[in-house]
Amino acid sequence: MKMSGAKIFVESLRKEGVDTIFGYPGGVVLYIYDELYRGGVRHILVRHEQGAAHMADGYARATGKVGVALVTSGPGATNTVTGIATAYMDSIPIVVFTGQVSTNLVGNDAFQEADIVGITRSCTKHNFLIKNVRDMARTIKEAFYIARTGRPGPVVVDIPKDVTIDTAEFSYPDAIDLPGYKPTYEGHTGQIKRAIDMILASKKPVIYTGGGIISSGAAKDLLTFTELLNAPITNTLMGLGGVPGDHPLFMGMLGMHGTYAANMAVTHTDMLIAIGARFDDRVTGDINEFAPDANIVHIDIDPTSISKNVEVDIPIVGSAKQVLAEMNRLLKGDKRLKAFHRQLSDWKALIRKWQEAYPLTYKKTGKLKPQFVIEKLYEITRGDAIITTEVGQNQMWTAQFYKFRKPRTFVTSGGLGTMGYGFPAAIGAKIAVPDATVIDVAGDGSIQMNIQELATAVQYKVNVIVAILNNNYLGMVRQWQSLFYGKRYSHTHMSYKPDFVKLAEAYGAKGYTVDREKDVIPTFREALRSKLPVLIDFHVEEEEDVYPIVPAGASLKKMLLA
Amino acid sequence: MRHTISLTVENKFGVLARVAGLFSGRGYNIESLSVAETLDPLLSKMTIVTSGEDKIIEQIIKQLNKLINTIKVTDLTVTDHVEREMVLVKVSASGESRTEVLRLVDIFRGKIVDVSPDTFVIELTGDEGKIQAVLSLLTPLGVKDIVRTGKVAMQRTIQQKKSQKTE
Repeated sequence: MKMSGAKIFVESLRKEGVDTIFGYPGGVVLYIYDELYRGGVRHILVRHEQGAAHMADGYARATGKVGVALVTSGPGATNTVTGIATAYMDSIPIVVFTGQVSTNLVGNDAFQEADIVGITRSCTKHNFLIKNVRDMARTIKEAFYIARTGRPGPVVVDIPKDVTIDTAEFSYPDAIDLPGYKPTYEGHTGQIKRAIDMILASKKPVIYTGGGIISSGAAKDLLTFTELLNAPITNTLMGLGGVPGDHPLFMGMLGMHGTYAANMAVTHTDMLIAIGARFDDRVTGDINEFAPDANIVHIDIDPTSISKNVEVDIPIVGSAKQVLAEMNRLLKGDKRLKAFHRQLSDWKALIRKWQEAYPLTYKKTGKLKPQFVIEKLYEITRGDAIITTEVGQNQMWTAQFYKFRKPRTFVTSGGLGTMGYGFPAAIGAKIAVPDATVIDVAGDGSIQMNIQELATAVQYKVNVIVAILNNNYLGMVRQWQSLFYGKRYSHTHMSYKPDFVKLAEAYGAKGYTVDREKDVIPTFREALRSKLPVLIDFHVEEEEDVYPIVPAGASLKKMLLA
Repeated sequence: MRHTISLTVENKFGVLARVAGLFSGRGYNIESLSVAETLDPLLSKMTIVTSGEDKIIEQIIKQLNKLINTIKVTDLTVTDHVEREMVLVKVSASGESRTEVLRLVDIFRGKIVDVSPDTFVIELTGDEGKIQAVLSLLTPLGVKDIVRTGKVAMQRTIQQKKSQKTE
């Protein structure tokens, strides 16, 4: 049957099983919006296109499904770039559809024209410009396939206006034909066996895992692996929730704001088992002093991640889930395990000593502490909520003090560090998982970067909670200025801010202010009962710092502890 | 170390930009790059000359492989291969130097493709060593301009040294 490009677009989304898209209309996507008017796909009208990209991203992180955004050309498209780059750095599957001026105007500096394919080339996994309506269905199929397979990532599909008007026969392709794209899922058997031999010969192993555990759905396999080895484990920021945060073998996060025990363990390990992690500079600190005495096994689906930053002894290209499942199969019944467990006892005792000597902690001063707020948030939700964060101190305290128990419950911009991410991501996550409690832990700086999405949340009755840790500063930058720039607080003091309670009320949401410890839990309780979005303004200690901190570029063992 | 990388890609618009953008975005060198359609019009072949430590070259090859439009990447440097480059040289040629230029062109099996009263344009094909040799001999005579194609390269059918192809 012949259909317009706009109709093919909507039909293709339905074939992909898309239930919700986040978008904002404009001139060149009017035919698509006209088609959406007839229904078929739920559309959430955002208030800024960056919000649409982050919501699609939050939707994807909370579910593992591909998140979808739809925006117009020019400024609509460029407004999504931060959201696309955020998803790219964290390997999140989203497809962003951008309108484009008609093909005969492309390149003419037409009204609202931007070369979005050129602009996003370096922050997408792949991107497309559809030049002919006959390519529409196939391109959409490829976009979704590329986004969700292999190492996932964002894909941009640019659709000129005339392509949405032109007609073509619609048939959604069954098969994918991408000769240059064949992700490897299964690890090399020989390498896996060698890795197991190497691991079982070690005395001081550490398992270090990242976002690859979450994206490949390997949390169960990882838990089995960890318990089979009975070896200590640490997570990157992106990896939190990959192993239960209250598990006795879990040492907490490693890296710049990692726990003392985790950082000491990776510094002294003789066997680093890296799975779905990429040795990011925020994790390794001084790369030359990172796990200096260790043999390294690195399991990753992306060959470019392997031996990019550190030399690896045994690389295994494959999905974390499949490789771990194979390793578990081989480990079960391996006669060497018993002896291996025995030879770990000194190592684990040492780690316990580190944990007891320097646990994550903070000083009580009588003022409301941000860490206290996170602790109470964990208590009241029992770890059973989706927590998003903004970027900075709020993010690090959440990573430290909230014990994530399940994958896809921690939604944060790790790689790009995007302020203004957490709130729209929370809305996307809540729309994806309506039964979940969804809370954005924010700072007073970052919440103002996408505060306009309060209108979206109220319009669609998305009852997320925003917990602002309000310290009147751009706290993380102030902390660096305090520690490394002689306390010269250059432009980090937020001397003017809106009244967040009134602001929430102006949008039709609920607002609370909390400045005493005893009000934290009752206010959270009330917020959890609300059918409306809630914004809680926690007035916390102004100059509280995040500890431990490893100064940028220093060795992990050079942590400042307080 | 310098490496000559042969890259087979889908012949689609924007692919060259992806390859070039990868090099510029990640701070890799491109010394030369040549690209044209292959026998199969759906594919193009690029020959890229780049340089860097082994670790960098390994990353370059992996990153090139990661591009969705890349079909095959081969580091020709670790295989037996032939490399050729063509260069057009405009050289001063008046009086006695005219015969000197002609003699050099003859020795190096070049061609004169344009003649004016006081210049020749010479077409030369060869590997890097030959091109360098000719240019250094022509320079004292007065080279006015040169244009080079960049290298093209192809693997030899019979491999003497052990090939370590990356695909």
